[in-house]
This record gives sequence, C-alpha cells and structure tokens, in this order.
Amino acid sequence: MRQCEVLVIGGGPAGLSAAIEAAKAGAQVVVVETNREVGGQLVKQTHKFFGSSRHRAGTRGIDIAKILRKQCEDLHVELKVNSLVMGIYADNVVAIDEKKSLTEHNIERIQAKKIVISTGASENSIRFPGWTLPGVMGAGAIQTMCNYHRVIPGRKLLMIGSGSVGLIVCYQLMQAGAEIVGIVEALPHINGYAVHASKLTREGIPIYTGYTIKEARGKERVEQAVIAKVNPDWSTVPGSEIVLDTDIVAVGAGLKPLIGMAHMSGCEFVYDKALGGWAPCHNKNMESTHKGIYVAGDTTGLEEASTAIEEGTISGIAIAESLGYIPKDKAKTLKDEGWERLAGLRSGFKGEDRVKAKMKQLNRYDEVMKGGK
Amino acid sequence: MYLDHGVVTKEELIAAGHYPSEARMKKGPVAVCECLQKIPCNPCESSCPAHAIHIGENISNLPELCEDKCIGCGSCVVACSGLAIFLLDKSYSDKVGSVSFPYEYLNNYQKGDVVKAADRSGKNVCMGTIKKIITTPKADHTTVVTLEVPIEYVDEVRSIYREK
Ligand SMILES: Cc1cc2nc3c(=O)[nH]c(=O)nc-3n(C[C@H](O)[C@H](O)[C@H](O)COP(=O)(O)OP(=O)(O)OC[C@H]3O[C@@H](n4cnc5c(N)ncnc54)[C@H](O)[C@@H]3O)c2cc1C
Ligand code: SF4
Ligand code: SF4
Repeated sequence: MRQCEVLVIGGGPAGLSAAIEAAKAGAQVVVVETNREVGGQLVKQTHKFFGSSRHRAGTRGIDIAKILRKQCEDLHVELKVNSLVMGIYADNVVAIDEKKSLTEHNIERIQAKKIVISTGASENSIRFPGWTLPGVMGAGAIQTMCNYHRVIPGRKLLMIGSGSVGLIVCYQLMQAGAEIVGIVEALPHINGYAVHASKLTREGIPIYTGYTIKEARGKERVEQAVIAKVNPDWSTVPGSEIVLDTDIVAVGAGLKPLIGMAHMSGCEFVYDKALGGWAPCHNKNMESTHKGIYVAGDTTGLEEASTAIEEGTISGIAIAESLGYIPKDKAKTLKDEGWERLAGLRSGFKGEDRVKAKMKQLNRYDEVMKGGK
Repeated sequence: MYLDHGVVTKEELIAAGHYPSEARMKKGPVAVCECLQKIPCNPCESSCPAHAIHIGENISNLPELCEDKCIGCGSCVVACSGLAIFLLDKSYSDKVGSVSFPYEYLNNYQKGDVVKAADRSGKNVCMGTIKKIITTPKADHTTVVTLEVPIEYVDEVRSIYREK
C-alpha cells in the first residue's frame, strides 16, 4: 500500500493552508480533492473578500484560490484532483476513488502518518409546499452553476434567506443578467453583512424582512412564489400574502459542517448553532479526539475563508511539529500567532457566539481526553 | 434602521459621526464610508495612501475617516469589499456636485451620457450626467462611475437607476 506523511482530505482554503504549512517545513503532502480543481468554495467567489488585509481581504476569492494553489505547486504538494475520499479506515488508511474518465475509476488506498479533514460544508434545505418543483435550488448550487459552470439557471430569482451567502448570490446573479424579484427573511432584520444588503437595495431589490415563503407554484417548474408575513411561531399572517412571478426559488438557509469523514473516524462531536450544528471537537493543535487526525475549516464549524486559512495553517504547523520538522518552541510561537489572528477574526459581528462555541469544542476535547463521557 | 431593510440613511450616518461636513465637501472630493456594522474587515484602511481611514488592531472596529487628511483619491472606493465607500464633491459649483460610486455591472455607459440616478433604495430621484468612468488594473474589475447631479442630491444618489 502506498504510504505518505500527510494526507489532506478536501482542497479548500483550510486544506491547502494545512498542506502549505506542512510542506514548507519539509513534510511530504498529498491533497485529495473530489472536484476537478482545488480551491473549494473559493473557485466561485467572484467578489472581493472580507477579513483582514493580512488574509488577502480585498482580493477576489477566485484569485485567492489561485495564489494558494501556486504556493502548493511551488512546494511540490501533490494535488490529487477528481478524487473522492470514500472513507478513513483503521490505522489511518484512506480509500480514494479517482475518476479517470466518465466510466473509468481507479480505487487506491493510501496510508498516512497524519490526516487533515477539511471537507467544508453542505447546504441546508427547507421544506414548503412546492419545494420539490424544478427551479427550487440551493443558493450555493446556483452560485456554482452561474460562476463556475457559466450556466444561469433562471431569469427571475427569489432568494429565501438574507445571510451573506444569499445576499452575495443575488448580487452575482444580477451581474450575470438575472432579475432579483426579492429577498425573503424571517428575522426582523438582515441576517448577513449589511453592506451586502445595501449593494442590492440601491439597485432597487426589495428585502422582505419578517416574511417567509409559503408556497412555490407551477405546473412543470416554478412559475410563482407566495410569500407572507411570519409570526414568532412560524405560522403566517392571513391576508399578508404577496404573489411574485419567479422561475427560480433560491434557498439560502445556511450551511452545516460536512462531517462524514470525522464521523467515520470516530471523532467526538459538539453541537452549537453558532457553528452550523454538529462539528468535531479539537485541541489547540486542531487535532481531533482521534490521535493523528486533524480537522480544519468549515468542517469543524461554519465560519469564513479567513478563519479556515488560519485553522489550516495551525494544523499544518502542529503536524510538522509532531513529525519532527519544526522544533517545539518555534512551533509554539507560530501556533500562538495563529490563535491570536483567529481571535481578531472572531471579533465583532456574530464573533462572540463563535468564540463561545469554539471554547466549547476545546473544552469538550479536554473532557473526552481526560476520560470523561 | 439600516438593518431592517438594508437601506442606510444620511441621518444614521451623521448620528454615527460618519458623514463628511458640508465645509469639507465644498473644498473638494471626500470619501464617505457607509459602513455602520462591526464586521471583521479592513481593506479600506490599508488602501488609503493618506492614512485618512483608521480601523486599528481590532479589525471589527468601524472605519473612522479623518476628513482633513482625505485627498479624495478614490483608492478606498475600489478597495472596499462591501462596495460601501463613495466620493462626494460639492466644490465646483453651487448648482451641481458629483458622486462617485463603485459599479460592477456589464454596461455600455459612456462619458457624457445622461442617466436616471438612483438613491440608496434604488428609487430614481433625479437625472445625472456621467462625468467619468474609471477602470484601472489595480481596481481589479471594479469600475468607478462619477455622476454629476443637482447639488441637493449629492447626499442621496448612490447608483444608476435599474430599469425593471
Ligand atoms: C457565497 C459565499 C460567499 C462567501 N464569502 C466569503 C467572504 O467574503 N470572506 C470569507 O472569508 N469567506 C467567505 N465565504 C466562506 C468561505 O468560502 C468558506 O468558509 C471557506 O471556503 C471554507 O473553507 P474550507 O476549506 O473549510 O471548505 P471548502 O472551501 O468548502 O472546501 C472543502 C473542499 O473539500 C472537498 N471535499 C469534500 N468532501 C470530500 C471528499 N470526501 N473527498 C475529497 N474532497 C472532498 C470539496 O470538494 C471542497 O473542495 C463565503 C462562502 C459562500 C458560500
Ligand atoms: S479617497 Fe483616498 S485619501 Fe480619501 S480616504 Fe479614500 S483612499 Fe484615503
Ligand atoms: S473595506 Fe468597506 S466594508 Fe470593509 S470595513 Fe472598510 S468600509 Fe467597511
């Protein structure tokens, strides 16, 4: 069986940053990515990124992906694309399904000294009458179609959810030529960054706060959507219905950590709403409760590319340290710096909740490792 | 409140101490950061050659603009990830002034075009004349449009009206 020092599952910003850090120190690294290109969510983020200038904020996501990939290539990280990790088995054996062509697959097993799980997140859906009609789609899926595959799935879009993802996808669909008939948000206020909302309102896009979708209508596909004012118990206010002509109902109802790989390796989890649900807990090395398996990025709690990069970086340093490539004291300094930058990123808007949730993960790790339940 | 529907008002900006003074706008172009929510973000600060925008160590602080230091160069307008910075100029006439805003939509606009101008809620409030359309490599595909409008609308106009 093939052996390697470090195997990274998922080539998004978290995984690539882990790979860069470990490879920089001298480790031999393989990144396994199911898509045809590494970059994760970044390959479709055409907007300029938030965060600190240190994390290349102000640069478009698509370009950050290119920068990270180039760094990996320069460090001779093996980027294994079109390759899906099917599972993690005993003794750190990873099974990989590599797509050679439409019909040809190559199954390979690699045993790694250290594994990084950085599989990102998946979209939530919501159910309402008509939700199975063609034309009801996840906001992230629409963004992938539009910005990556260059196919615009409809002409008149209604967005459910005013989180940053919903707002950004509306903006980008408008750039691609679609009309946005409105954004529906059950909360009484905008849920994502207000500046994203303001970009839309000055183009005349209505944001219906305090509303929800009641129904999607249509024969073969979505033709109309009915929205209505929502009560605190999620019932709708009779008579408040508005009927909108639309051919796409986009669901921007948030994401949740993609935790299949961590689950399969027996990692311990913690639930927190602020991080999108269940996520594997870890220590300050980003190591999970399964020794030798590290977690980083959205898979261990929904945050941002900037935080994913920092978590990946910390895990890469910790791995290099445990493989003997970085002396302990130097590793400590580097990791401490990383945690300091993370603290900066976790301040302000919704930051406090994330800090608390992350503390919960760290505490749970300690509890489990001390032999608690 | 801007968080209710996404539309910032001039009153909210003034209350937050985020709006340039009339005297400063009369002197020449000056930036306004219409960014009132504490989000972790600071490209505006690092883009300013005159060090007129301050955020500081905690990147979630709101951008503070020092209007006397601002030279109206527009670097921050294209650097802002939220497309929330505008340049206002009421210096060259008593009747008209100009608003410069970031614009990232496919268009055929040209200098000299007379267009419908939109306010922060997208409503057409007046007509405007396009004075400049600037696209530089540094701006990385963010075009800056400068629209001349009646002087009383400089505080309101923030885009070109989008036809339905
Ligand atoms: C619309 C939108 C706008 C955003 N805007 C910003 C922003 O302005 N600033 C910011 O900082 N962040 C932003 N983000 C968030 C940011 O994109 C994510 O937080 C970040 O990409 C998470 O990185 P990651 O590496 O953890 O996961 P991902 O980027 O999701 O990467 C995970 C990778 O793992 C791969 N993978 C998963 N399972 C397997 C498997 N079994 N085998 C092989 N490969 C697998 C996936 O294909 C994917 O490439 C935005 C997100 C969205 C959706
Ligand atoms: S316009 Fe120029 S000088 Fe003024 S704040 Fe922006 S970058 Fe600084
Ligand atoms: S770059 Fe824009 S969005 Fe970010 S803090 Fe500055 S003004 Fe606000």
